Amino acid sequence: MDFLRPTTLDEALAVKAQRPDAVPIAGGTDVMVELNFDHRRPGALLDLTRIGELAEWSSSDGQISLGAGVSYTRLIGELGDVLPGLAMAARTVGSPQIRNRGTVGGNLGAASPAGDTHPVLLATGARVELASVRGRRTLAAEDFYTGVKRNALEPDELITAVHLPIATGGEQFAKIGTRNAMVIAVCSFAIVLRDGHAGAAIGSAAPTPRRVAEAERFLLDELPWDAPAPLADSFKRRFAELVAAAATPIDDVRGSAAYRTHALGVLARRTLTWAWDTYRGSARACA
Amino acid sequence: MTTTESTDVTAAQGIGTSPVRPDGTMKVRGEFAYSSDLWHEDMLWGATLRSPHPYAHITGIDISAALALPGVYAVLTHTDVPGVNRYGLEHPDQPVLAEDVVRYQGEPVAIVAADHPETARRAVAKIDVGYEVLEPVTDSEAAVAGEGPELHPGGNVVRHVPIRFGEQDVTADVVVTGRYEVGMQDQAFLGPESGLAVPAEDGGVDLFVATQWLHVDQQQIVAALGLPKDKVRLTLGGVGGAFGGREDLSIQVHACLLALHTGKPVKMVYNREESFYGHVHRHPATLYYEHGADRDGRLVYVRARMYLDGGAYASTTGAVSGNAATLGVGPYSVPNVTIDCWGTYSNNPPCGAMRGFGAVQAAFAYESQMDRLARACGLDPVEVRLRNAMSEGTRLPTGQVVDSAAPVDELLTRLRAMPLPADRSGEPDLRHLPGGVSNTTHGEGVVRGVGYAVGIKNICFSEGFDDYSTARVRLEALGGEPAATVQTAACEVGQGLVTILQQIIRTELGVEQVTTLPMDTSIGSAGSSSASRQSYMTGGAVRAAALEVRAALVEHAARILGHDRGDLSVGGGKVVSRTDGVLADLVDVLGDAAFDRTVEWRHRPTESLDPETGQGNAHVQYGFAAHRAVVDVDTELGLLKVVALDCVQDVGKALNPQAVLGQIQGGSAQGLGLAVMEEIQTEGGVIRNPSFTDYLIPTVLDMPPMRIEVLELADPHAPYGLRGVGEPPTISSTPAIVAAIRAATGLALDRVPVRPEHLTGT
Repeated sequence: MDFLRPTTLDEALAVKAQRPDAVPIAGGTDVMVELNFDHRRPGALLDLTRIGELAEWSSSDGQISLGAGVSYTRLIGELGDVLPGLAMAARTVGSPQIRNRGTVGGNLGAASPAGDTHPVLLATGARVELASVRGRRTLAAEDFYTGVKRNALEPDELITAVHLPIATGGEQFAKIGTRNAMVIAVCSFAIVLRDGHAGAAIGSAAPTPRRVAEAERFLLDELPWDAPAPLADSFKRRFAELVAAAATPIDDVRGSAAYRTHALGVLARRTLTWAWDTYRGSARACA
Repeated sequence: MTTTESTDVTAAQGIGTSPVRPDGTMKVRGEFAYSSDLWHEDMLWGATLRSPHPYAHITGIDISAALALPGVYAVLTHTDVPGVNRYGLEHPDQPVLAEDVVRYQGEPVAIVAADHPETARRAVAKIDVGYEVLEPVTDSEAAVAGEGPELHPGGNVVRHVPIRFGEQDVTADVVVTGRYEVGMQDQAFLGPESGLAVPAEDGGVDLFVATQWLHVDQQQIVAALGLPKDKVRLTLGGVGGAFGGREDLSIQVHACLLALHTGKPVKMVYNREESFYGHVHRHPATLYYEHGADRDGRLVYVRARMYLDGGAYASTTGAVSGNAATLGVGPYSVPNVTIDCWGTYSNNPPCGAMRGFGAVQAAFAYESQMDRLARACGLDPVEVRLRNAMSEGTRLPTGQVVDSAAPVDELLTRLRAMPLPADRSGEPDLRHLPGGVSNTTHGEGVVRGVGYAVGIKNICFSEGFDDYSTARVRLEALGGEPAATVQTAACEVGQGLVTILQQIIRTELGVEQVTTLPMDTSIGSAGSSSASRQSYMTGGAVRAAALEVRAALVEHAARILGHDRGDLSVGGGKVVSRTDGVLADLVDVLGDAAFDRTVEWRHRPTESLDPETGQGNAHVQYGFAAHRAVVDVDTELGLLKVVALDCVQDVGKALNPQAVLGQIQGGSAQGLGLAVMEEIQTEGGVIRNPSFTDYLIPTVLDMPPMRIEVLELADPHAPYGLRGVGEPPTISSTPAIVAAIRAATGLALDRVPVRPEHLTGT
């Protein structure tokens, strides 16, 4: 197995064009597990850790451009204020050691239905930036996930960044696990409320991370945006039903399908309350 | 020898103090060499081919493609086992390498040695085994009913332990019944099975391995290799935890076979997944209980049937069943008892020793029953326990009268008097809530419950086993200082025995410098680092050897100094006269002399159980711990936060107070794991979660800081009055936590681990 170590993005893209079988590796928190378990024997690994521009983030026009190689630890520390939802998800990833290594780019590359950042990326309307020697393109997050551990990357492409809006309203992420840290999601949920936008997405409850379109439409149409007041329980329950109805979970060793559906409803109800409270607070602050 | 003669209890870093562990700094810094770090020039790597099927006939094994792979030195099957292809701790029923049948998923079928671990794994994949897959046997109760195919000659019951005590047909005013289940827990030690076998010029082999009992490994290895005992020498490698999971053989015979076959050193290390197949687990159990009491909650009778699934091979199933039965009513005085406990064979993963050893399964059931009884009688859960608490002098269901402290009432009373944690208030800190930083609740749906439990465990080996340990102590002058050396074959598995043995010698000989020799088979057996027994047994043996050395030294000093022997003692590096004070430096008295004594030391004998009635003085000592758990339950999501897990335990004498606290914290955490998350899930004999991704053990956000009280009520029969510490805290932790969850939710919860599905009805 070759270990390829480009130092610039152009070099990396050239290598990837030549060696489409090369598996990109950043923190290695997913790839190394697969190698150690002998689930995967790539001809080459393409180490991205020497490419400085992948490990940078920038901000302009109310958007964050987050390099694919920025670690969860840096994301939490440097962007927790402006990307609160993504930071909440990042805090639930593994242990401190894993968060020091793991990246959002890696989460996207693995495209596991249980990946922690996906629901937030979906709910906030993030765009994934992909590059190859042929050029760059961006894809809406919901177009990126194509199947269980499958994504829209072409064989010669690398994930270079994620573009997402700075939070201006309420963002929440919540994840179910059977222990209180270092756990793979049994199911997870994200919600983002800002002026003119209501995003909601589920994780680990369908073959891919998934936006819950009907529930989003319900929020957009029915939330009292202009006169933000506390929400009635019946309203929250309706939202929870729509979220649960969008899930197509399975029974597995981590939890039953029935539990996942039930828990998503509870998370939807609770996170809507918290996110709406934040939104109301920010709306008042602007008034 | 008398154990009451005076000892220097004030010795620096002697017993009762907590000196720094000799291996502590290295372990914290990551510099300690575990057995997986062993290395030898020119060594080969071993790998194991395991059955993918829980039950199958082997129709053929073709090793030619594996042998043809460059870098492969050997591919061995059962036909290459020169001795008896059977081993086992109680019955030799387990093949070193499978012959015509495999009885569990993961059973070793062939082994490979190659010049690189990757090559060895690839060669394993090239071995072609023909299987005729059979329907697996997975039901213990069906096995007892005589249903299904026999997995071993004589049927599928490994052992039936009946207990018949008092009247068998008595009735009571209040009756509570229950059916309980305990899932299959794993020891989850962090250091995987590993070792290095080095062929020797004399045709024998030297094996360096992480294990719990060197001599019982040696005994099984020589039988399989067909070699005399002196040709197979074992040295303990660095052990990364054990908890019972290293009592059975793993790489031992395989590595030796490969080393002898290739003439080269062979190293074997399991990875984490293989480790789940490579050691026994805690017996899953189904338990049926009926408690009868008067209206005041005083027990009239207990009746129980227990089914322990031992999996494919016997391992220690017999002894585990003996413990579950004899300790089956818990630490209570019960006049009439009827218990039947069966340990059975199945095609599930083999089960054997794990911390608590049968007492854990019984305790979940009997403590759940005591809570049911409390409710039926309208009593507080602590009160019903106090009314039935056993004490010194109680006659147990085996007929044995307990002849040292059994402070069950004191444990419970002290526990109840401990302050409860404050209620949640103010801005919630996610880390203190169910779900932790996963942000599932800010307090919504959270209800707090409190639960109590108390447990009992036998300490040391039971049922007539000839339980002994061997120790050698040497005292001489080295570099102008008196220096002691201690040698035993007792396995340091992380529990801190190396520290304790040094402390004992400092106390008995009054010398500071104590060297511990490597633990190996050049000295006699120390017995297993199991059953909470090593401080008692090897501590007892070292103390006895040290006392013999001291007696010889005093004799010698009396001669040299022309003083009356009876007036002399040693301490603080001096020879002291009771009448004249310090007479001489120990180092001067020693001169060129060396005192070297080896002692084989036994505890009081125990008796076997009557096979019809289960009567007999089967146990030598009992240990007790009690827990109070406070649990916050997110009743909507079924997620939990154990807020407090407080413990009171009697240890007789805390030889090393810090190590005692460590045992109580660790044991309690292991019990918490069984209560709320730890289970090897099987389906048709196949393990569904052989990884630390899906076999979850508690993290620091799951295990609360503990409030602990340690009692020291000396056992007059034990060295220094000590009482084994390691297992009791694992036993009562689990039922206390489940009781707290029941208190919060009102649910019956008859199975551990409790899962979110059980709490949410999904």
